[in-house]
Amino acid sequence: MTSLGLDVLFKGINMQRLLAGLWVSLRISLIAIAISIFLGLVVGWLMTRKNIVIKAITRVYLEIVRIMPQMVLLFIVFFGTTRLFGWNIDAEVSSVIVFSFWGVAEMSDLVRSSLISIPKHQYESAYALGMSEVQTYLSVIIPQTFRRLVPLAINLITRMIKTTSLVMMIGVVEVLKVGQQIIEANRKSSPNAAFGVYLTVFILYFIVCWPISMFSKKLEKKWS
Amino acid sequence: MSEVLIKIDNILKKYDDNVVLDGLSLDIHEGEVVVVVGPSGCGKSTLLRCINALEPIQGGMITFRGEKIDGRSKTITALRQKIGMVFQSYELFPHKTILDNIILAPMKVQKRSRADARKEAEELLDRVGLLDKKDSFPRQLSGGQKQRVAIVRALCMHPDVLLFDEVTAALDPEMVREVLDVILSLAKQWKTMVIVTHEMSFARAVADRIIFIDQGKIVEEGTPSEFFDHPKTERAQAFLQTFTFDKVEKEA
Ligand SMILES: Nc1ncnc2c1ncn2[C@@H]1O[C@H](COP(=O)(O)OP(=O)(O)OP(=O)(O)O)[C@@H](O)[C@H]1O
Ligand SMILES: [Mg+2]
Repeated sequence: MTSLGLDVLFKGINMQRLLAGLWVSLRISLIAIAISIFLGLVVGWLMTRKNIVIKAITRVYLEIVRIMPQMVLLFIVFFGTTRLFGWNIDAEVSSVIVFSFWGVAEMSDLVRSSLISIPKHQYESAYALGMSEVQTYLSVIIPQTFRRLVPLAINLITRMIKTTSLVMMIGVVEVLKVGQQIIEANRKSSPNAAFGVYLTVFILYFIVCWPISMFSKKLEKKWS
Repeated sequence: MSEVLIKIDNILKKYDDNVVLDGLSLDIHEGEVVVVVGPSGCGKSTLLRCINALEPIQGGMITFRGEKIDGRSKTITALRQKIGMVFQSYELFPHKTILDNIILAPMKVQKRSRADARKEAEELLDRVGLLDKKDSFPRQLSGGQKQRVAIVRALCMHPDVLLFDEVTAALDPEMVREVLDVILSLAKQWKTMVIVTHEMSFARAVADRIIFIDQGKIVEEGTPSEFFDHPKTERAQAFLQTFTFDKVEKEA
């Protein structure tokens, strides 16, 4: 036990602290994911409309998100806005803003690509049966889009959860930060703590993300 | 002659500046089987798509029992129920079983009960020899089977006319027959049909009237024997030539 550095986890309330840190990570990602899914559906659908202005705006938005590392976005929102506008945005709120900004862009692009992947003939064969546009969307287009979208969206969700480890850079005490604090505090008494703590963090992330991707695999199999 | 069901009156169809149908007129009578033939790109598919307003027209008028067909009107979904269409690529709904593919529109559009729609769907499937496939998904069926299901799906709406757009063109040769047999049996029951096909012997067998289109215009029309045995126009003769081959004379 000592050699793997797992002993520090059982010292005091270290394990609870790690779990509390995990909850901070999850809270940030869950809120951001919820916002991303909701707004992503709307924006993604808008992107399939033939409006040039909407197309241009969403295009620029997507490009910005693609080019910018999430860390830079975090710094801009957290430090930059304080400097520039004197806003004092809480670190956790900043994180939610940045992750939503990123998630909505990716989600809407997934929604858009799933929607346009439905062949024109699927609409037409529904119309030819006398179905209205609303009936066609509800019974034919949306169910097929959904089947394509879910595995892609779940992949995005797990990536978002993993990437929340970046938020410690702006001072949010999430699971990885707690881990580092524990390692620091026990540097003398258990020099191997780094291994044990990071292993535990790894397992915690795994426990969160694995069921999600299993669920996705199961759905994919069911629908293929 | 029986009553005119669909009247196509001097229609003009363009894509941008490309005129595809150019002042085309055609009456389709109740109980009649009209087969449309012509070279690739002459506008056959476009004509069918205009009939059920999947494509807007830029001039002329199409009426169904005297009622104007207009894709933007409120009555278009009611009219489309009367006009069944079967596509070359089947276009079954991949996320639904065969049975659900067939009963979707009868239930949603015509508000029939599930039990009622299901009963009819099963009878029709039985008639085309596919009752045992009712709980399968489209991907589990062969092309010929999918196309028969597509025909059943159209029939289950009780349309007054059926439009077929090269429904065997995507099929392997050995599956063509099973689909054409279904259409032939519909012809025997006096179903009104407009059929686009490249299968000339089938056209001859099923048609009451052959329409030959070239460059967006009707160039020639007549009974199958008039058209196939004694084509009047040079263009029709040249078109029919493309389906016959002379015995190869090996060079000395
Ligand atoms: N959506 C479209 N946009 C622009 N042009 C089109 C479109 N659909 C068809 N056309 C053009 O209209 C013409 C007629 O096409 P259509 O599909 O009706 O021909 P067709 O007689 O059915 O040919 P085929 O035997 O190859 O199926 C072609 O020149 C085609 O390029
Ligand atoms: Mg065609």
